[in-house]
Amino acid sequence: MNDLDTRIGEWRTAVLRSRSVDAADADELEEHLREQIADLQTAGLSSSEAFLIAVGRLGEVDAVSAEFAREHSDRLWKQLAIARPAEGGRRSFVTMLGFAALAVVAIQVARLLATTSDGSASQVFGDPTGGWFLRNLGLFVLPVLAGYLAVLRRMPWPRIAGIAGLVAVVTIVINLFPYVPGSSSETLVGLHLPALLWFVVGAVYVAGELRSSARRMDFIRFTGEWAIYYTLIVLGGGVLTVLTVQVLAPIAPEAIGEVLTWVIPSGGAAGVVVAAWLVEAKKSVVENLAPVLTAIFTPLFAVMLLVSAAGYLIAGIGRRFDRELVSVFDVMMLVVVALVVYGISARGTGRGTRTMDVIRLAAVIAAIVLDLLVLVSMFLRIGDLGVTPNRVAALGLNLVLLVNLAGCAWLGVRQLATGGSGVRLERWQTSYLPVFAGWLLLVVVAIPPLFSFA
Amino acid sequence: MNIDKDLVAAMATPLVLAILAEGSNYGYAILKRVRELSGGELQWTDGMLYPLLHRLERLEFIRSEWGTSDTGRPRRYYEITTAGRAQLAEQRRQWAAATRTLGGLWNLTAQGAGA
Repeated sequence: MNDLDTRIGEWRTAVLRSRSVDAADADELEEHLREQIADLQTAGLSSSEAFLIAVGRLGEVDAVSAEFAREHSDRLWKQLAIARPAEGGRRSFVTMLGFAALAVVAIQVARLLATTSDGSASQVFGDPTGGWFLRNLGLFVLPVLAGYLAVLRRMPWPRIAGIAGLVAVVTIVINLFPYVPGSSSETLVGLHLPALLWFVVGAVYVAGELRSSARRMDFIRFTGEWAIYYTLIVLGGGVLTVLTVQVLAPIAPEAIGEVLTWVIPSGGAAGVVVAAWLVEAKKSVVENLAPVLTAIFTPLFAVMLLVSAAGYLIAGIGRRFDRELVSVFDVMMLVVVALVVYGISARGTGRGTRTMDVIRLAAVIAAIVLDLLVLVSMFLRIGDLGVTPNRVAALGLNLVLLVNLAGCAWLGVRQLATGGSGVRLERWQTSYLPVFAGWLLLVVVAIPPLFSFA
Repeated sequence: MNIDKDLVAAMATPLVLAILAEGSNYGYAILKRVRELSGGELQWTDGMLYPLLHRLERLEFIRSEWGTSDTGRPRRYYEITTAGRAQLAEQRRQWAAATRTLGGLWNLTAQGAGA
């Protein structure tokens, strides 16, 4: 390739950077440019002179692509729509519908098992708002999602059997536990099992490449985008539900409850699979959403955390400090971890990344300080009040997150000092995933027996 | 003398349609023809021609087809449609009316100034 071709190639790349210009337009413009250059060379100009003049006549790339954008504004939006199904696209849609239907059937069968025909609680499974149903809630839906991903990834049967076996063991264990009715260990299982199963989904998502840091990062991205899509679907479902209630109210007020018990669980279960399908179908857009939200919220959270940390440092932990607040701090640290994770997943080549790194580091350190203050008080309190399943679960998660954030802080400081990239931070997060999974497993299978299922 | 930018924009559609009415053509050649006809007085940013062509195609005044150039590279040829010819006739009537109006006025002024 000669020099002129290289320069035309660079120019073409610059033109294509605007999404309003597609490859065919670029072909057309390039052909124009080449012809103009040829004419100018015939007139006696050197190739680089001809190139400069021809590019100048064609116009500023930004101005021309802005003009293209006015005519083809649809192209700027195109990537938000679902791509036309190519060959196999229809099949992927049908597969998704099949698994969504499976999730709906699973949750409805479970709900019916938990309810007897006269609407009272079933002897075996308890009522739908009771222990059995809520404890197993994750099991009705997430294995279906894992199955859907396994089909997408064409996972080999032995591996599917291995993962399914693990899930089966956990299922049996948590259902054989003789919980005390209304016990907190049962609630803990119900809360932690979906999160644990999400890691099973992850194992399928990475198609068995469990050790690959890049695949793990993909799964983290998938999780973020899935959460966003699922939230949007739930919002849409909320509007649908409210409208349904309003429309049915005048003609059949007594039927509303019955309709909703069918619609809400079905929608919630199907949404899990639909959201995953959307994420997979629109990977390119998708990588943008969670990082954008992260970029908006990182500075805001940093300010909030710094102010709170300063407040706690000055005022000390007040008398009204409630031990329930520890779970609040768990959530806070989880959010900070998410900000770090999605921040680095987007940490591109753009300007201002250093500023963002500093803000993120400030948020992390403030979160650590805040949490340490809370932990100290918590230890004192547990000494006072004894150990309960809830407190052990909250404290354990707190420690797990604290270690994660401490690692982030250390690597963040090093990164700022040496001006390195975010690779180490990314590796730290991806290698930390098993710790989360391990902790969740521990809560689900070890805490109930340790506390005699109280 | 360079023709004012707004006037160029207003002329662009009839100009392109009129050139294509002479026979189907492609972007670079259309611009060469414009330059030739205006004696270089009509300055046009070359790149702006293509969004205009695409707009005219969307309005179905012209249609396009990919062919190849002499060097074997892909080249997009544009051809005027029946609707395009009708549009051109309409534009022509409007431009005639405009030049007649201005012309009448300016001829009068020229005579008045000469008298």
